[in-house]
Amino acid sequence: MSTPPAPLHRTLGLTDEELTAIEAKLGRAPNDLELAMFSVMWSEHCSYKSSRPLLATLPTGGDDVVAGPGENAGVQRIGDGLAVAFKMESHNHPSAVEPYQGAATGVGGILRDIFAMGARPIAVLDALRFGDPHDARTRHLVNGVVGGVGGYGNCVGVPTVGGELVFDPSYQGNPLVNVMAIGIVREDRIMRAAAPGPGNLVVLYGSTTGRDGIGGASVLASATFGDQDPSKRPAVQVGDPFAEKLLIEATLEIIDRGLAVGVQDLGAAGITCGVAEMADRAGTGILVDLDAIPRREPGMAPFEVMISESQERMVAIVRPDRYGAIAEVCARWGLPCAVIGRVTADGDIAILEGGLDAAGRPNPGAREIARVPARALASEAIVFERLAAPPARRRAAPAPGLPPAPSELLPERGMDPGAVLLGLFGSPNLASRRWVYEQYDHHVGTNTVAGPGRGAAVLRVKGTRRALVATTDCDQAVAALDPYLGAALSVAEATRNVSVTGARPLGVTNCLNFGDPTRPEAFWQLREAVRGLGDACRALGIPVTGGNVSLYNEAPGSAIAPTPEIGVVGLADDVDTLVGPAFVGDGDLVLLAGETRPGLGGSAYAALAGGGDDDPPTLDLAREVALQAFVRDAIAARLVTAAQDVSGGGLAIAIAEMATWGGRGGRFRVAVAGSPAVALFGESPSRAVLSAGPDAVEALRTLAAARDVPLAELGITGGDRLVIDLAGEGATGAAEARGARVADAVDLALADLRHAWEHGLPRALGVEA
Amino acid sequence: MGVRVGVVVFPGSNCEQDTTWGLRLAGAEPVELWHESADLGGVAAVVLPGGFAYGDYLRAGVIARFSPVMRAVAAFAAEGGLVLGICNGFQVLAEAGLVPGALLRNRGLRFVCREVAIAPERLDTPFTRLVGEDRPLRMPVAHGEGCYYADAETLDALERDGQILFRYVRPDGTPAGETDDPANPNGSLRAIAGVMNAAGNVAGLMPHPERAAEAILGSADGLPILRSLVAAAGERTGAGGAARVSAGATA
Repeated sequence: MSTPPAPLHRTLGLTDEELTAIEAKLGRAPNDLELAMFSVMWSEHCSYKSSRPLLATLPTGGDDVVAGPGENAGVQRIGDGLAVAFKMESHNHPSAVEPYQGAATGVGGILRDIFAMGARPIAVLDALRFGDPHDARTRHLVNGVVGGVGGYGNCVGVPTVGGELVFDPSYQGNPLVNVMAIGIVREDRIMRAAAPGPGNLVVLYGSTTGRDGIGGASVLASATFGDQDPSKRPAVQVGDPFAEKLLIEATLEIIDRGLAVGVQDLGAAGITCGVAEMADRAGTGILVDLDAIPRREPGMAPFEVMISESQERMVAIVRPDRYGAIAEVCARWGLPCAVIGRVTADGDIAILEGGLDAAGRPNPGAREIARVPARALASEAIVFERLAAPPARRRAAPAPGLPPAPSELLPERGMDPGAVLLGLFGSPNLASRRWVYEQYDHHVGTNTVAGPGRGAAVLRVKGTRRALVATTDCDQAVAALDPYLGAALSVAEATRNVSVTGARPLGVTNCLNFGDPTRPEAFWQLREAVRGLGDACRALGIPVTGGNVSLYNEAPGSAIAPTPEIGVVGLADDVDTLVGPAFVGDGDLVLLAGETRPGLGGSAYAALAGGGDDDPPTLDLAREVALQAFVRDAIAARLVTAAQDVSGGGLAIAIAEMATWGGRGGRFRVAVAGSPAVALFGESPSRAVLSAGPDAVEALRTLAAARDVPLAELGITGGDRLVIDLAGEGATGAAEARGARVADAVDLALADLRHAWEHGLPRALGVEA
Repeated sequence: MGVRVGVVVFPGSNCEQDTTWGLRLAGAEPVELWHESADLGGVAAVVLPGGFAYGDYLRAGVIARFSPVMRAVAAFAAEGGLVLGICNGFQVLAEAGLVPGALLRNRGLRFVCREVAIAPERLDTPFTRLVGEDRPLRMPVAHGEGCYYADAETLDALERDGQILFRYVRPDGTPAGETDDPANPNGSLRAIAGVMNAAGNVAGLMPHPERAAEAILGSADGLPILRSLVAAAGERTGAGGAARVSAGATA
């Protein structure tokens, strides 16, 4: 029995509609090589065909923005003639198939985006999401991904200074590996990824081209996939951090010496993407000399050479008289280097077999085997208006007649708030990440003022007084209930993390991880999240300078929670003014800035205590803006000794962290307006905990009043216990049902808190008894 | 003009700029020495920095020892020149046989990056003379192959001959245990963090003094180690002036 073979375009992942559009662009049928080039360039990963109209709504401008979306990375000025380049990218599907190499090449790819701009990479942050930590497959993935991030970053000498590790059942079949990189570049050395000047040489340098990663972008990143599909393993790229280290040094030297007029890294869709995007940005064409491309194995078909995603390769556009100097740089760093084409004026990507002569003309007998307009592959790739529809059931109110959700009624339910605090503090999502970040070199580069483990990372900028502050955040639990709110909350939390150090949020990069966009519900989630991202960024006055969209994050039977991962970079003019989140002295007053509001949906408490509550807290962006401005004002005025935002686990966790990290406890009193659970563990946004010397409090009150930010005294630091009393009308409501006084709700030894926090993650992962 | 100290750059070195920065803070004039060069350019001392020389795919430091620059470094050391290997530099020195012992994979089999405390065994060496009092020094380690190993006889000899430069210590200053002690990050035998050759002019250590050379980075305890090297090198070459011709210059 035999079935007729599927048409080639469908095998390559193109729809009939897309084939028709390609034929219209070319005015003829494409040949097989051209079809292969279109298939990778029109993949979701390269073309953003489902998300482009949405992304166009995001705010991207600003006085300090030097490069925004569309370049290899966003770039913003930071003063002293310097700029910061940063971007985040996903490597989800490769990491699910082959976790070590998937994560390693994720680091390599985002680093190349940074140094292709001429920026020296100074930091990596990794935002990781997995399913159940007790599950054997999850443990295999965590080990591989953490090993891959470390193995690559440690070797190239770029510190991994922060990120996230989140466990959520929705990632069981489809883990997320998002990596953000940051670099520093002199403003007058910023390189563009364009191919100007017909007659210029197209130079490929770095590793040779092989069969690894064939169709990585189209096969892996742009379709849902089944469990453990070994047939897709060849589509995973393999990383060589040693080659990347050489590539960094060679590229920065080439750019610093002005030897190239355009530089781009080769990632998804390989040489096809590199030449098409560079030519398209400059309005030129490129004639590719296929025979000149250095290969690591014989017998490769033209399409394999053109779409291979072999790692650690770069393309430079070079004036003919500068080629000798580039060849010398590459030889010194031991990197293969070859002229693989010429910039042309015709706007086409043409592929030639048979070679070019010294003057750049085809040899006698040479044969053109493909010719496609560069813009048809790149900026004019197909765009789809997908259907969006909200899910049938969302944020359902409790059925009439049912009692209120038990999670609102913590003491009444007989739960001991101290036990809940200990449980949350040692839970896999809130416990110390030390087991992970000790496997990452987080000091190399000698810029790390504050590394992983305690809020946002702080990096000094050598040769200046300035510092960069960086963080990643995503509230996927709320996004699962309400993607608009989840995305806006993620921006609020990430920027708040930066503001509580005293730094000013500068810009946002993002990684939008969603499901299959042809499912109306998944596309609705994406659309809502982009709307939330845009609204939050506009309110906070910061641009989105770049990012990445990862769709089709679905495994059989389940889609991931919508995950709009947010990366923020902030700037401080004087690193000495910044504060940390640890209590620094005994006898400091501790204050809560901002107002605690109801809603436990999506909280760590709800995940622990259960309950039918799916009502998340609301976000008032004006309050968020005011809170962050107040905290920055207070830190700039040197009134604050420590500051921490209130997020996962709520106020009680924020206090517990400050106490544990500072090695000193305190006695606190928390006012309860409604439920004790909300007061202690609610995650309503726009709040921060500050500590200050007693003589600073009046000045703090004045600053807070000027911004209309509520400021409540919580207590005083000191001692080796953490004591939290509850006060107010909600504190004693049904104490008798609990059989204990509520007043001293929490009384824990700091040593017990530290123990729970230190051992929670390795125990959950089974690497520690 | 400060004392000229060479910093070897192998392909895959990744702490050469940190080391250069740290040496400058210590008052030196750092000079980068390319791995293909057999000429040390008349430097007064040589530092082998951290990283993954030549990728370290086979075993840390095993390829680097065959590089032209290492022939020059060996000759320089044989003439009494001061050589300090940090992290990967220590691994290279051990592979080259310029310091005793070997560095195995960390006992926990994972890369470890954390701040540790080390205590100098001697304060009269070119690498520790400015450390001052005998107190634990806080600085980071970051390596996958840092478990110091030698046979018991060699270890006894090192202890007897005063060739142990640093040991990992607990917060109270007592030596860390060999196993299951977080104060010993890699399971090094006898908690050895750094050693010297018999002549006392070549030393290697796994922790990174150049990463602990400024208070803003959390510790400045590493700076006295770099300062000691620079001061000793300056004395040997005469008040920081022109260095004597090294054997490597004629290689």
